[in-house]
Amino acid sequence: MQPFNLHHYNGDTSLDNFPLSNTSRFLAGGTNLIDLMKLQVETPETLVSLAKWEKANAITEDDNHYYIGAMVSNSDLAKFAHTQPALSILAQALLSGATVQLRNRATTAGNLLQRTRCYYFYDTTKACNKREPGTGCSAINSMNRIHAIFGTSEHCIATHPSDMAVAMMALNAQVHTQQPNGNTRQIALRDFYREPGDTPHIENHLEDDELITHISIEKKANGTQYYHKVRDRSSYAFALVSVAAGLKIDDGRVKDLTLAFGGVGTKPWYPQKAIRVLEGAEITPEVISQAAEAELSSAKTYGSNDFKPELLRRTLEKVLLEIAEHQEKHPEHEGALYDNA
Amino acid sequence: MATLNLNGKDVSLPDDPRTTLLDFLHQHLSLFGTKKGCDHGQCGACTVIADGERINACLVFAFQLEDAEVTTIEGIGNGADEALHPLQQAFIERDAFQCGYCTSGQICSGISLLRELSNEDPSAVTYSRSRNSTASLKEDISERMSGNLCRCGAYPNIVDAITDVIALEKQ
Repeated sequence: MQPFNLHHYNGDTSLDNFPLSNTSRFLAGGTNLIDLMKLQVETPETLVSLAKWEKANAITEDDNHYYIGAMVSNSDLAKFAHTQPALSILAQALLSGATVQLRNRATTAGNLLQRTRCYYFYDTTKACNKREPGTGCSAINSMNRIHAIFGTSEHCIATHPSDMAVAMMALNAQVHTQQPNGNTRQIALRDFYREPGDTPHIENHLEDDELITHISIEKKANGTQYYHKVRDRSSYAFALVSVAAGLKIDDGRVKDLTLAFGGVGTKPWYPQKAIRVLEGAEITPEVISQAAEAELSSAKTYGSNDFKPELLRRTLEKVLLEIAEHQEKHPEHEGALYDNA
Repeated sequence: MATLNLNGKDVSLPDDPRTTLLDFLHQHLSLFGTKKGCDHGQCGACTVIADGERINACLVFAFQLEDAEVTTIEGIGNGADEALHPLQQAFIERDAFQCGYCTSGQICSGISLLRELSNEDPSAVTYSRSRNSTASLKEDISERMSGNLCRCGAYPNIVDAITDVIALEKQ
């Protein structure tokens, strides 16, 4: 591992005290960054450790919002979300990701910022535009079974690996940040990530010196919720396809729908075209198929991942039909599909 | 001086911040019970317990655990008579290992699992239990232990050993 200069941020001093640049990294839990540093995929000159930033470990709420500190572990967030029926989809997504050991260390902000698990990104002997801009993409004409079908470019087809971010995308989470000059800002998670285009190494709209302080989620009813993750083994594997959905049905038609896809996009995928088809509609296999087709009109496959459009179509149908059926029987239900209504 | 508490004793943190907890245990403290399998958080052989929670010792720098209480397999046995933890005993009785390389991580993970179950921490399996009546405690244990690989394939016996201790604790 390359040597680095170490600084500690405890939340009380200004970020202005740290040499923040494109060669510095904030270190939260470390479950992804330390791994990448061992492989020398990441070689930061400066690390700013957030281990002593205790204020960022809290989850608070007021009448309208939940506020989740940047350093809240995935385990603690899952436990909290599990107690909140409207956040069930978030708990389900978190618990479907990684392992208990990793969730105990992985943080909320770190999860959003984790890097792709593209094999070629991790292999420093291979070309990768995300790791080394301008070297080319090894995945496009090679093994790309786990790769994206939405938001890709000729320069990168790597998938965003997070489950948590997919649920947060569905829940319209807001990312709150601060900068050394004291400025703070709020970015909708749906606007937070960038598609790779010709700069796949730039994955979001954060500045180099900008720190995520917390995430907020509006308190609202999300109806029956289901995070369904299709993967190669039943635990501890990234999604090939995942669907996060929350649905309220009124008089046989969609009243409120929240929806996002994982495993298929270069960023956690917010399927606006599919949502437009489903809003106000009666949930039938035909309507779901139309919604899937609308979204898939912009999909592109690369050989090994040719199965993903059909898998996404089937997963979306299963999820929406099951939660619609549950809503029909239990119109007031709020929580996980599997909760006893 | 910056320290962490390891198995009940304060130890000074290493000078080089690149030192992971796992390398700290091996290279500075000569504690080799915690194993290095993949060194990338994929196998769970390096599982230790930090402030009551199981973690991968290979994916954390020692300095991140300043003032934390860390328990490794060497700190699991009880008291002056060095009695085995009930889960260690159950692993012997159930033949829950063959080569033994993953065992210290399995034991630390399993002990944390016992606490997580008693706290009623949710898992991906407990979510489906109310709907799927066939979901069992053994399925739940398998889910919760999915971060510990065993290339000898002792999984059924590991799950049996943990199940035995859960039954023991309920008595």
